[in-house]
Amino acid sequence: MQRDWLYHLREMRGTYAAAAMFVVIFTVYIAKHQTGWAVPVLTTAANKGVLLAIVAMAQTLPVLTSGIDLSVGMVFVLANCLASHLVVGTPLQAAAGCVAVLACGALCGFINGAIIVWGRLQPIVTTLATGTVFYGIALGLRPVPGGDVHAGLADALTGALPGGVPAMLVVLVGVVVVVWLPFRRSVVGRAALAIGSSEAAAYMSGVDVGRTKLVTYTLAGLLAAIGGLLLTFVTYSGEASSASGGVYTLNSIAAVVIGGTSLAGGAGSAIGSIFGALVLRTIGDLLFVFDLEPLWQPLFQGVILLAAVSLGALQLLKVSDRLELFR
Amino acid sequence: MEPILRLEDVSKRYGGVHALERASFACTRGRIHALLGENGAGKSTLIKVMAGVVQPDEGRIVLEGSERRFLHPQEAVAAGIACIFQELSLMPDLSVADNICITNPPRRRGLIDRRAQRRIAEAALARAGAEGIHPLAPVSSLSLSRRQMVEIAKALAREPKILILDEATSALAAADVERVFALLRRLRDEGLAIVYISHRMNEVAALADDCSVFRNGRHVATFAAGTRSNAETVAMMIGRDIEHAYPPKPARSPERDEGAAAIEVKGLSWNGRLHDIALAVRRGEIVGLGGLDGQGQREFFLALFGVLRGVGGEVRLDGEPVAVRSPREAKRAGVGIALVPEDRKTDGLMLPMSVRDNISFAALDRFSRTGVVVASAEAAAVGEIVRRLSIKAPELGDAAATLSGGNQQKVVIAKWLLNVPRIVLLSDPTRGIDVGTKQEIHQLLRRLADEGAAVLLYSTDYAELIGCCDRVAVFLDGRIVRWLAGDDLNEHALVATALDVSPEAAH
Repeated sequence: MQRDWLYHLREMRGTYAAAAMFVVIFTVYIAKHQTGWAVPVLTTAANKGVLLAIVAMAQTLPVLTSGIDLSVGMVFVLANCLASHLVVGTPLQAAAGCVAVLACGALCGFINGAIIVWGRLQPIVTTLATGTVFYGIALGLRPVPGGDVHAGLADALTGALPGGVPAMLVVLVGVVVVVWLPFRRSVVGRAALAIGSSEAAAYMSGVDVGRTKLVTYTLAGLLAAIGGLLLTFVTYSGEASSASGGVYTLNSIAAVVIGGTSLAGGAGSAIGSIFGALVLRTIGDLLFVFDLEPLWQPLFQGVILLAAVSLGALQLLKVSDRLELFR
Repeated sequence: MEPILRLEDVSKRYGGVHALERASFACTRGRIHALLGENGAGKSTLIKVMAGVVQPDEGRIVLEGSERRFLHPQEAVAAGIACIFQELSLMPDLSVADNICITNPPRRRGLIDRRAQRRIAEAALARAGAEGIHPLAPVSSLSLSRRQMVEIAKALAREPKILILDEATSALAAADVERVFALLRRLRDEGLAIVYISHRMNEVAALADDCSVFRNGRHVATFAAGTRSNAETVAMMIGRDIEHAYPPKPARSPERDEGAAAIEVKGLSWNGRLHDIALAVRRGEIVGLGGLDGQGQREFFLALFGVLRGVGGEVRLDGEPVAVRSPREAKRAGVGIALVPEDRKTDGLMLPMSVRDNISFAALDRFSRTGVVVASAEAAAVGEIVRRLSIKAPELGDAAATLSGGNQQKVVIAKWLLNVPRIVLLSDPTRGIDVGTKQEIHQLLRRLADEGAAVLLYSTDYAELIGCCDRVAVFLDGRIVRWLAGDDLNEHALVATALDVSPEAAH
């Protein structure tokens, strides 16, 4: 049917809007940059952008179920500290270390999910509390910044491939292909959207609500840990920084919103969140190439965020039963 | 023929209330079985038991000869029982195809096969007679009638052996009703067992093979359709209730009938849900809103109270036209409308706040000077109204949540009485409340009217409408279809009009 593409467009409009916003901002950035389109510039931008993009993907999953995960930044920091201990030595040892770090992240996410599903606590308080616990563990692992990481692996992942493609971008595409696309097309992913759209209707339709939430939060933990692992490759060390954890958490929520995912859940895409994260990152750099005070960065990010959120609120103007505004 | 599904002596209690008491029911392949009963007769609980949504306290469920327990809706679905609930079970943000295949989507190598899903959805929509619906359309973009068709397609896609429809036609446009009827007859001929709940007697007559009547959670009778008259059926549904004393109604005096109405509504319409509603209520009068649940009574009150946007028509208070645009305007001194909402726990009370704070909340302006609440004035007024309504609260500083249901409802009423309203709207104020408090509320309503207020009372309890109201407007599909007063105001007439059968048939 010829209307298919219209429905596709409607479903993906948030993602396309975020992608378009990124293309515009990035074009301006490259045009103003003194070096312009060059491999080192792209690689640096990718290394910074992909970290937030992956944490934003992690945040997207709980948000789709109309939950939230305030611990993603802390899992990210914990994975970073753990990796600075474990991802060292022979290539085999380093590989085992990577697996251990990812498993730890998935465990953190599973704990979140278990408390939310079986403990029936609200996601926001649960993850606020567990996030602090995860940070405490990170601090125990790395009381002062330091540690090391397998240099060969780090150089390979943070450099550029032959042909000038930043390796980090390939990693990002790999994560999307391995985690997001299967999730989106799996029964669990469908169920997550159904729960976000209407939890009662999903339950009445025979959806396993508890298992779906468990898988969703576990995957969020896994993705956040992937981000933390990559951070270690970028910085060659581990640091238990609560500021960094907090900033990543808040920026991940902002990226999700800019990417067109509704905080009420039910609709959205991790691809949109990736572009949302890249937009946020590029805005910071934009001020740099325009020689503006970096002090302005939070203000600009705030304005962009407000504008993006306002677009989503336009439909509220159509509501004719005012009680629905509060439900 | 051997029944495919039998429920034996099933009981279910919520708190102290029996939703079902030793109820039995059976349905057979190739038959359409109608469930009949008043609001709260236990029909909905019964089908929830069949669908695995509610676990019975006692009793047995026997499916195809073996006893089963459904702990979860999934298990009932897997056993071949598909249910179409009154409250739609669709996820509004998902597409039609996603919704139809939500429980068991087609998979290839572990992932959902969208092409196969699309084929299933198209086939199910075609089977339901709704080919016009695009499978990729988000459900939120469809009208209520179309959504209901998707709901039916969703149930059919599960290839059920037993199909349960709870008020499935109440939201349908007339053309869709015909299609659904044709579909149900075809499915019956294909050998499905169909359980059908409808309050529309003419639909039941047109469709059902068997009928079962329920009352107060008990099974009353089962008979082949057409063997009992509408009047007999209605009588079975009503039964004999214990007499209950209502305050005497004042004799209708001529001078009372003259003069401007306290509130007069003309041509009130909203959003396709309310149509051309006209009524006038004088001071001292209690006017009831009758009809089945969900026929627009709630929306009518919300429209008067300024909650709805885009309300058409005219509202006059004491002959003066007013436009109320928010509850804040509705309670202003010049307007003076109060609404006791249907759901006291969410819309009526702030449960964690104290009884005192809840009572004084709507009238704080009266007790404050330059924006500061004068505690002594507030305490005096609250104390007086608590005595007047005899609200039983151990301590006025306790949270409203700690009170019993009846006392909570009194708190909601007290809150509005402090504001000295001229027009009082009450939405089912005695639902789930003990008999003693019910009587107190009935007397209070009459006292309010005698003191000069105009009272509008919506109730799902027909006895209450008859006992309390001077006149009753019966709502159907967002319209007032009939006025009942005096001797015409009786249970037969109310039930028959609400069910849309001619009152003669019910006599």
